[in-house]
Amino acid sequence: MNAALVIIFGTILFSSLLGIYAGRKVKMNLENWTVGGRRFGIIIIWLLMAGEIYTTFTFLGASGWAYSKGAPSFYILIYGTLAYTVSFFLLPEIWKIGKRYGLHTQPDFFIKIYRSRTLGVLVALIGVCSIIPYLQLQLSGLGFIVEVASNGAFSSHSAMVIAFVLTCAFVYTSGIRGTAWVAIVKDIMMLVAVSVVGIGVPYLYFGGFGKMFRALIALKPHHLVLPGATEHMNVLWVMSTVLLTGLGFYMWPHVFSSAFSAKSAKTMKRNAVIMPFYQIPVLLVFMVGFTALLVIPDLKNGDLAFLALVNKTYPSWFMGFVGAAGAVTAMVPSSVLVLFASALLAKNVYQAGFNPLASEERVMRLSRFFVFIITTLALVFAIFFPSALVNLLLMGYDGVTQFFPGVVLGLFWRRVTRTAVLWGLVTGIVIVAILVSGRHDPFLGMNAGFVALVVNAVVTLVLSFMTKPSAPAGQPNPAK
Amino acid sequence: MQKGTRLALILGALPFLTLVFALPFVNRIEPMVLGLPFILFWILSWVILTPLILFAAYLIEKKFNPPEEGEEK
Repeated sequence: MNAALVIIFGTILFSSLLGIYAGRKVKMNLENWTVGGRRFGIIIIWLLMAGEIYTTFTFLGASGWAYSKGAPSFYILIYGTLAYTVSFFLLPEIWKIGKRYGLHTQPDFFIKIYRSRTLGVLVALIGVCSIIPYLQLQLSGLGFIVEVASNGAFSSHSAMVIAFVLTCAFVYTSGIRGTAWVAIVKDIMMLVAVSVVGIGVPYLYFGGFGKMFRALIALKPHHLVLPGATEHMNVLWVMSTVLLTGLGFYMWPHVFSSAFSAKSAKTMKRNAVIMPFYQIPVLLVFMVGFTALLVIPDLKNGDLAFLALVNKTYPSWFMGFVGAAGAVTAMVPSSVLVLFASALLAKNVYQAGFNPLASEERVMRLSRFFVFIITTLALVFAIFFPSALVNLLLMGYDGVTQFFPGVVLGLFWRRVTRTAVLWGLVTGIVIVAILVSGRHDPFLGMNAGFVALVVNAVVTLVLSFMTKPSAPAGQPNPAK
Repeated sequence: MQKGTRLALILGALPFLTLVFALPFVNRIEPMVLGLPFILFWILSWVILTPLILFAAYLIEKKFNPPEEGEEK
């Protein structure tokens, strides 16, 4: 057994036990399981949100994009920052509605605000369809990282199965509290890994990142301005993409619901202020991608850039540490994805759609049961049909962003009607499906999801004026 | 809309102006600042300034908006 293997496996096991331990002594009802009893203070909320948001994509995708695409990767720095700015205004209001009506999930919010179970079921189904491919992506990322980091000693399939059974266990026992605790391990490990490598490699190979950039510009003068090494990712594409992803960020069902876990609206507001600091590690990840392009220019798969450069530069035990950090980085977001996909199915599809009289205990039991189903489903897809959900994955972000008009107008505009939101949402989703599956993305140079969002917003506004007012229920302080 | 919220929204528009709508004007390598290509330096500066902008918005809201019912001090 080599050192890397011990570190990776030890970390996975330790985190999972910590996650299971987090739920001891807490009586598990839906309130504690999904939103941690609404008691999280600013530190835990920050760690939890960072844990959900910075996924394996931060490790592999951002360095991979910097390596193979260049400047378009900067969009990642931008959209997070925009999202936190939006969240400063939006999340405290969402929290207040959640507190007032005891909400647990995103479809709960739609059901309460628009008094429409149909809308709730639709939002839940779109949410689940967006979550499952995203979950599969985390799973494949985990398998990939562990296999490369352990130098093949740990096969990607066995890594996926072990890590996911354990993740499943702590989601089952501890719910969101388990995620929050494991997020602490994940955030520390990832920060260490990214800082060491991101600051280390430009210095080791070039004596500083300024010199590294000079070398890169001399070699590939267009790599660091838009559209970089790509054809379509020009300024217009980046502008439409950051608007889409910045607005859509908190529309992911699991991220939206973490707003409910905070102990006050003020916690959410303060959290929005400090979140952008978490973008700085992303810059370091770019440095790794750019350095890799100069040092190992012939990689066939850009996503390998981070791991390949670590492998070339550092001893194998550190490679193990990076692999372990990568593994928990996949486990944390996966655990919330599983949790909310299950809660959405049990509470918002089964209870709201088919059996409104089901007791809370029954919904809770069913949610826990769905944890196994969803995990198994994601495993089956990742192992046997790795590319079956590619289209859904491409549509995920575009899809959840279509919730944005319904959320914002529901909070701030009394004239919006449920019919308008329903048809706006359906229009948005249909446009996304047509453009993305027909390979018309980008459309007119813009991100297809952004085009759909604009049409969706227009439809919602116009239909609101054309339909009879059905004053939303949940408006905060209607007097204003 | 309350005065504090209005002022905060104006501040909140800043990251959108600088990080989205200014992009066509900053898509260049020279002049390099602090060893970074200009576009990356620009983006990074506003990423780092955004928490400060939001903190200012937070203070302004606190100053101009009356505290809401049941809010902790």
